Amino acid sequence: MISSPLQLCLVFSSLLFCIGLAGALSRSNSILVLLGIELMLNAANLNFIAFWRFGPAPSPATGVIFVTFSVAVAAAEAAVGLALVIAVYRRQRNIRLQEAVRLKG
Amino acid sequence: MSLAVQHLWLIPALPLVAAAIGAVVPRRARAVAAGAAIAAIASSFVLSCLALSGALANPAAHLAFNFDWFCVGEGALRLGWLLDPLTAFMCVMVSFVSTLIFIFSLGYMREDENFKQFFCFLSLFAAAMLGIIVSNSLLLLFISWELVGLASYLLIGFWFTKPSAAAAAKKAFITTRIGDLGFFLGILWLNNAAGSLLFYDGGHGVLEAATLGTLSAQVTLGGLAVSTAIGLLVFCGAIGKSGQFPLHVWLPDAMEGPTPVSALIHAATMVAAGVFLIARVYPLMAADQALAHAPFHALTAVAFIGAITALLGALIAVAQNDIKRVLAFSTVSQLGYMMIALGVGSWVAAIFHLLTHAFFKALLFLGAGSVIHASHHEQDMRRLGGLSGPMRITFATFAIGMMALSGVPFVFSGYWSKEAILHAAYEWNVSALPLIMALAAVVLTAFYMTRLVAEVFLGKPRSAAAQHAHESPGVMTVPLILLAACSILIGFLGTPAWPWLESALTGTPVEAHSLLEGASLIVLSVLLVCTGIGAGWALYARRPRETAEAIDPVEAAFPRAFAFAAARMKFDELYAATVGRLNTAFASLAAWMDRRVWGGVIDLVARFGEMAGRFNKETDDEGLNTGFNAASEELRTVGKFYSRAQTGEAHGYLRILALGFVVLAILAIMGGGR
Repeated sequence: MISSPLQLCLVFSSLLFCIGLAGALSRSNSILVLLGIELMLNAANLNFIAFWRFGPAPSPATGVIFVTFSVAVAAAEAAVGLALVIAVYRRQRNIRLQEAVRLKG
Repeated sequence: MSLAVQHLWLIPALPLVAAAIGAVVPRRARAVAAGAAIAAIASSFVLSCLALSGALANPAAHLAFNFDWFCVGEGALRLGWLLDPLTAFMCVMVSFVSTLIFIFSLGYMREDENFKQFFCFLSLFAAAMLGIIVSNSLLLLFISWELVGLASYLLIGFWFTKPSAAAAAKKAFITTRIGDLGFFLGILWLNNAAGSLLFYDGGHGVLEAATLGTLSAQVTLGGLAVSTAIGLLVFCGAIGKSGQFPLHVWLPDAMEGPTPVSALIHAATMVAAGVFLIARVYPLMAADQALAHAPFHALTAVAFIGAITALLGALIAVAQNDIKRVLAFSTVSQLGYMMIALGVGSWVAAIFHLLTHAFFKALLFLGAGSVIHASHHEQDMRRLGGLSGPMRITFATFAIGMMALSGVPFVFSGYWSKEAILHAAYEWNVSALPLIMALAAVVLTAFYMTRLVAEVFLGKPRSAAAQHAHESPGVMTVPLILLAACSILIGFLGTPAWPWLESALTGTPVEAHSLLEGASLIVLSVLLVCTGIGAGWALYARRPRETAEAIDPVEAAFPRAFAFAAARMKFDELYAATVGRLNTAFASLAAWMDRRVWGGVIDLVARFGEMAGRFNKETDDEGLNTGFNAASEELRTVGKFYSRAQTGEAHGYLRILALGFVVLAILAIMGGGR
């Protein structure tokens, strides 16, 4: 069924995405939700690399550079996310996401 | 049979697998985690022995196996493994000592509820250290180096519910990171200047003559050769990791971890990494030696930093009362010796001392662990005493370790390696200062180790815990006995009469010297050792301490100097007052800028908006309002309806996102991917 490395990569990244999605949806601990989101992001990065590497016309470095940027942005995002988690913890003395509903409309 | 270089990665990979197993099994699967860890490290030891036999068959060659990690554009980032006698000896030592420490931990950590994690972290630590040793690329080395930092953070803070342990872990991590910053800059510069980070690469590696020639020929800031500058930056990393002055402050605090961790950090792995790094990049460090008019040689800095560290550590160790802290400062001091040896040009002596020190320091730490375990976690030696009766095996092995560390002549390994370092320092023609400082540290070392043994094992018990102490179980004493045997035997690999280790490490046959060559230095150092031990014996063993509160004889004689050393020469306070305060000042400046300046700008804009709004309101109220009121009422109803979707719950949003994603995916699939 899986006939090429590209497909293998895509299957793997879909798995990664689903695991991340399931984690992000089912956990109440906001750090674990962040982890899930990071997993999904990495699945996307993996797709970038896979399409670059196994695509029809591999241009010199686009995939790697795109992913490098994406990883850097993810790192910044993780820093902001963790800072938010700390701020939430200071406010409500726990980091349960269900309880952080102050932005209710 | 020997291990081929392309399979060298197995040595660090096995403990890494064990760490992964330890991470995923459930908490109650203690036997699985511990069994996997011990089996993996023992297999690594076997593989290391095979690698050693392979390396010794052809000791002059640097067998390297390189591969592309990934390509960017035209260039490729290459990593590799390296097999030479230095790698092989270090692998054997690290895996052997780690195996014994792992087995010891079975007994020491038996009652800890996080037993499983402990073995997971230990394996990770061993894997990272072995990774440093086998890598043939400065980048791969740096990755493992940082993994060692991570593992040390996890292990020092293993009892993280204790605030002091959490603080010590953070301190170790941040302090070593300061050195690592310099190291990383050095790596970047080296990559830029040499175009490669591989150590040996068939003539193109950074440690091979062609590259070294270009590096030492270029001149940078202040007339320094580029190789000198890079060497100094790399040495920053070693200063941090190997606890050299002025970044030694984390090492004594690392004692907050469980004792097997202290043994692992201080004997075989983390602190040895810095010395190993300098020995590994030795050709780079020494490249500027050939330059006639270089203003400054990188190795000179190494020698002086080492000498300062050796003396400083020994001075502070004299005034410590915690068993583990005495040993910690003795580690600082011994690492200083190794740096002296590197600096004065004898990396072989440094590695010899590294190997012997690994064995006897692991022995001393595990012996201290055995004492602490037996006396219900009493670590203050003023409150111990008289343990030589109930704990015979621990006492005998600890005494062997103490004599090896003090450098008692002719039988113990520490003597031979220390002698090699002193000889090398003696023959260094730049300055006699390192030799003098090292000799002063010899006296102090013998003195404080005698004090330690006398206070802990002799006299009579000075607390209930010491009174009820009993010998530790076999799983703890057997590693002690093995390490004690090694502490004696390993010295005979490198005596001047049979310099096997030196010829094996350098790959060139070394002539045997007479044992008595340089007799004046030998006599001097033996005399110094005897002075130290004699003074310690006279002050602490002949009249043992009566009560835990009795004043220390040295303290009675020099109260202020003793208090200064006991407070670790106030380095922590100094850093808190300078670096710490500077940092706080910057942080408050940033906060002030944020609040007043940037916040002020925003406030101003907001004020302006407010004013405009007020003006608007006035006009609105007068004319436009009536017609719009009805429309806004309508809008408000609609808005209320939609705002119900805005629950504030992140999970709800995530679910809707996921739903949207699924719908899009279905559409894409149905549309045939168009």
